[in-house]
Amino acid sequence: MFASLSDRLSATFKQLRGKGRLTESDIDETVREIRIALLDADVALPVVREFCARIKERALGSEVSAALNPAQQIIKIVNEELIGILGGETRRLKLAKNPPTVILLAGLQGAGKTTLAGKLAAHLRTQGHQPMLVAADLQRPNAVDQLKIVGEQSNTVVFAPEPGNGVGDPVQVTRDAMKFAKDKLHDVVIVDTAGRLSIDSELMDQLAKVKAEAKPDETLLVIDAMTGQDAVNTAETFARDIGIDAVVLTKLDGDARGGAALSVATITGKPIMFASTGEKLTDFEVFHPDRMASRILDMGDLLTLIEQAEQTLDKDQTEKFAKKVKDGEDFTLTDFMLQMQQIRKMGSMTKMLGMLPGMAEMKKQIENVDEREIDRVEAIISSMTPAEREDPKLLNGSRRARIAKGSGMQVSDVNTLMDRFVVAQKMMKQMAKGGSVPGMPPMPGMPGMRPQQKKVQKPGKGAKKSGNPAKRAAQDSGIEYEAPSATLTEIPSAFRDFLK
Amino acid sequence: MNLDSSLVISILVVAALLVAVLAIVLVRASGDKNKKVSAPVAQPKVSQAPAQATERPEVVPQAAPSQVTESEIPGTVESKQVPVDVPESMEGRKLKLRDRLGRSQGSLGQVFRQTFSGSTISDDAWQDLEDTLIMADLGVSAATGIVETLKEAVKKSGASTADALHEIAKTELIKLVDGGFDRTVHTDRHPDRPAVVLTVGVNGTGKTTTTGKLARMLSAQDKDVLLGAADTFRAAAAEQLTTWGDRVGVPVVRGAEGSDPASVAFESVAAGQEQEVDVVLIDTAGRLHTKQGLMDELGKVYRVAGKLGAVDEVLLVIDATTGQNGLTQAKVFSEVVPVTGVVLSKLDGTAKGGIIVAIQDALGVPVKLVGLGEGPDDLAPFDATDFVAGLLA
Repeated sequence: MFASLSDRLSATFKQLRGKGRLTESDIDETVREIRIALLDADVALPVVREFCARIKERALGSEVSAALNPAQQIIKIVNEELIGILGGETRRLKLAKNPPTVILLAGLQGAGKTTLAGKLAAHLRTQGHQPMLVAADLQRPNAVDQLKIVGEQSNTVVFAPEPGNGVGDPVQVTRDAMKFAKDKLHDVVIVDTAGRLSIDSELMDQLAKVKAEAKPDETLLVIDAMTGQDAVNTAETFARDIGIDAVVLTKLDGDARGGAALSVATITGKPIMFASTGEKLTDFEVFHPDRMASRILDMGDLLTLIEQAEQTLDKDQTEKFAKKVKDGEDFTLTDFMLQMQQIRKMGSMTKMLGMLPGMAEMKKQIENVDEREIDRVEAIISSMTPAEREDPKLLNGSRRARIAKGSGMQVSDVNTLMDRFVVAQKMMKQMAKGGSVPGMPPMPGMPGMRPQQKKVQKPGKGAKKSGNPAKRAAQDSGIEYEAPSATLTEIPSAFRDFLK
Repeated sequence: MNLDSSLVISILVVAALLVAVLAIVLVRASGDKNKKVSAPVAQPKVSQAPAQATERPEVVPQAAPSQVTESEIPGTVESKQVPVDVPESMEGRKLKLRDRLGRSQGSLGQVFRQTFSGSTISDDAWQDLEDTLIMADLGVSAATGIVETLKEAVKKSGASTADALHEIAKTELIKLVDGGFDRTVHTDRHPDRPAVVLTVGVNGTGKTTTTGKLARMLSAQDKDVLLGAADTFRAAAAEQLTTWGDRVGVPVVRGAEGSDPASVAFESVAAGQEQEVDVVLIDTAGRLHTKQGLMDELGKVYRVAGKLGAVDEVLLVIDATTGQNGLTQAKVFSEVVPVTGVVLSKLDGTAKGGIIVAIQDALGVPVKLVGLGEGPDDLAPFDATDFVAGLLA
């Protein structure tokens, strides 16, 4: 999500770390870096100015100069400010005392209102509500049909008396919908409106009328996470002319830096309530400002990762595996293969590793990974006999040649895999010996792993990565050691708490 | 496997360990968590089934397009040839572009006037200009670059009057936006086959709308157009395109929802060939560039659509409100399919679409068309001079 922003901030902070004291010019430098990072992340300029001014003011204040490690203090300040802007506390949907609760969706064209309406309905259904969708987008060709289909998918009643495509009056539809909902005892009504530009006064008037008719308990402004500087204009106009209660951020599954979130939250002063993260009806989650801020600061997003793992990982298998590790048994290629399949179920590797603290630095490399390479690794393992998978020591030259042939790879590929694997096995053992996972000190550092990672990369550095390989490796190693620095303690402790 | 393999394996190992850790975490936590978790997990069952139905298949069925049965493609929907109103002329469209830009993007023009109002330019004025460019989504580095270029040009020229400075700045900006690209949309029929145009882009940028408008623009030029609705994923996307087709009186080839988009693309080109049309416009589903499976699918659509000849144009639709992510989008899309042009949509709002400057610069792909609203004629050919004239109006 905000990975690219966190890349930049962590690069900035790296320069700060280790310095005992911050001079004013250091702070200016940092603030400038933060400014550029935020601008490149599409945070709107006025918002950036305000944000940077606040950071500078606080950084110059006594809390920094008096701190043991001023750099850490700046990180903390930026983190706090980010959380503040992103909405402070997580906010839930307010339900009306006297049903139906009415939710009005508004936004620009293509922000994802109709899709969101379906997701919201599905989400409310799982909570035992009886939602109803209202097709008040009579503008875009076949928007009504789309909502009907979305309703079908989410098993929700769709109130669509008008065919749309420019026919019908959304205000009238809304009025009828309210009556219909009361008659049929729907306790939540979701009104999907047409996308409109903030400068289109005619359509904005119409929306105001729809709102007056619907008397919504929650008016949600739907904003595309990829939006640039214009997010300010949109947010301002919608907030002023229509009045909004909260914001929904869509398309967060892309790699947009999502600065729009910061802009909109600052401008409107309203919290971001939901995040939409995919095309499936279930790709919908409550927005967590604190997690997002952690992410921006390269502190990872372990909670989301764990939640995701919980949903997708095979319970039996994980339990078996955990027991195995605890008993100090060897981590075998069979296990490795199972793990890989599990990972694939969880979605893209990039996305997952991106959620790990300290991983943002590696993101570029991770992104370079062709997911098909994983197939090849699987092919190699599949070409081994079960015995070989259990005991890699069996693999002599001729077996390796056979495996290479069988998987259509080179012997050297098999060798590389086995080398790495042996290293991994050792790490596993260490982990098990440590008695417990919490034994791995600050978890996000995964100290055992990262240095290995670096060592491992060196042989592979060669041709493909252009530039000076030695320099690059040096840089990488610098990064690898620095990134998980023990300073970022908030999330690790959350993780450790979770373990206990 | 290339030299990267060891990196891949390292990452796999890390990932595997990660899963291992997660496994342990989950098992540890399951003791007290199970009770809490299991209850809410059981409930969503109702919605689970339909949700799965909408899941987009990551792995595209490998069926060769030639084997596609007739039942999958209900065939060409020959639209009723309702007499449609006459689409607007190219000249009219250009005027509209100028008019819209002048109206919605006054602020850049204002800053320009302010900046160049005196005989000298203060540092503050330059800073204001840079800020304005940043607010137009040009990005920090592009904005800084432009301001530097302008500074240099102003210095060199030795001009001292406001008008002269204004002129220089304008010329420089036009040069920058123009870049000497060929901006023709290649829609001329080849001797033996129709021209094929593919519209691609992320979700919600206006691909379907652009395709519909383009069909109308082309039929205004007396071209026989056929539309292919290869967006088989989004609910009612094919209907949306059909509505556009009906409005313009253009036939639409469509497949069932959820069918293989590549086969629809192929059938569209085949139908176009058979009916000897001039242009086949294929609308694809929106996809985020971060979804590898979907990008692979797009690659397949491109390859299969080109089987009966070649794809002449791949138009990437970029929403004018898009910020710096637009550049990433353009990069990733052009890695998967050879993007030949950009369509800047929704330029009728307050957004300025400055990201196209960076896209043109980085990828050498010109902006060919500009979308100006939801009206059927709100699509104009991009013209750097008009664009800048609009900016400075």
